[in-house]
Amino acid sequence: MALDKIGIAKRIAQELQNGWYVNLGIGIPTLVANYIPKDIEVEFQSENGVLGMGPFPFDGEEDADLINAGKQTITTLPGAAFFDSAESFAMIRGQHVQLTVLGAMEVSQNGDIANWKIPGKMVKGMGGAMDLVASADNIIVAMMHSNKAGESKLLKNCTLPLTGVGCVKKIVTELAVLAIIDGAFHLIERAPGVSVEEIIAKTEGRLVVPEFVPEMQL
Amino acid sequence: MNKVVSNVTDALIGIEDGMTIMLGGFGLCGIPENSIGELVRKGTKRLTCISNNAGVDGFGLGLLLETKQIKKMISSYVGENDEFERQMLSGELEVDLIPQGSLAERCRAGGAGIPAFYTPAGFGTEIAEGKEVRIYNGKPHILEEALTADFAIVKAWKGDTAGNLVYKAAARNFNPLMAMAGKITIAEVEELLPAGALDPNEIHTPGIFVQRIFQGKEFEKRIEQRTVRKRD
Repeated sequence: MALDKIGIAKRIAQELQNGWYVNLGIGIPTLVANYIPKDIEVEFQSENGVLGMGPFPFDGEEDADLINAGKQTITTLPGAAFFDSAESFAMIRGQHVQLTVLGAMEVSQNGDIANWKIPGKMVKGMGGAMDLVASADNIIVAMMHSNKAGESKLLKNCTLPLTGVGCVKKIVTELAVLAIIDGAFHLIERAPGVSVEEIIAKTEGRLVVPEFVPEMQL
Repeated sequence: MNKVVSNVTDALIGIEDGMTIMLGGFGLCGIPENSIGELVRKGTKRLTCISNNAGVDGFGLGLLLETKQIKKMISSYVGENDEFERQMLSGELEVDLIPQGSLAERCRAGGAGIPAFYTPAGFGTEIAEGKEVRIYNGKPHILEEALTADFAIVKAWKGDTAGNLVYKAAARNFNPLMAMAGKITIAEVEELLPAGALDPNEIHTPGIFVQRIFQGKEFEKRIEQRTVRKRD
């Protein structure tokens, strides 16, 4: 069965390594923070100027001055730090953040990503996404395999305005874990009960399928 | 040096039609509420506003959009604002969208006397069109130019009469960078203290960057996304 959003977040959480600083985008990526493996320590960076983000505050303890990049009220954990936006992006551009997880509208087989604009329809701006994808060594995209119209989001070439070129290394969807290597999607794992045929049918870009594709262990 | 002005009206003297102003804040967090209210009252028109976001309908810079006082917005993210979207799609409002890290660094550079810098952000995208490209460490970078403004308006938690500022939590964001980049920088603070009351070790924006400071009133500090968890 295809994963739900929580399943995608749980699978991405398995990619976290002890000692990493991690930037989580808005949407499914935010959920990853709820499923950190018990035996490791990671710290979350929010590009509006917070390191060491904690859970949402208890009802009545919200502070308008303490929000994350999604403008949600948050708390901090012991060891947290605040800083300005230039210093925040120094952490990002300077590759002091080990992993970036973000959503996407389209990803191409060479690792291009589009997630900020639909011409004539939606223009919200790129926020920090262009800085994040241009600099991060390790980018995981969390998204659904197809869009609402049922069209594949894993393409030969992106059709929407790009956020970054050749930067995505790994994708986790409700159907599969895929790596991008040498201009092709490589099928690494499939969601429990999902067939390789379904993944092939729903992937427009070049897909390399090994003889044996293990199921995700969640 | 005493930078104190008695109220928001005096603080904003000299802001005229057609000027470029920077306004600190991220979303509605750390925005100069008093000064935005005064700009609405003054009715200053054709403003170019440099701010990470454009407020929401009915609050923050959304107020200046409703009164059509903004000619151009320079921002990184402008969602959650219907009036903004309407004015942009109808062509009433010019919009320059900039990657957030580049926007921050362009303000910092403007205040630091660095006219331009290379960044990898946006290479290969439409925001790189017309910009110089150079390869450093095997990777393409684009040339981004510094930003300055006729006035920068920032919001701080505490300030002293010498213009030194301390910000609270995530309300710091763009404020220290814009404070550096204004030809005239105005600071509105929640608590205005005598010089000497703030520990020099803990000042975020040194007073040299601030020309005018005033005690703000009745901060609403609206929360954009109230997210909480239940007590066990």
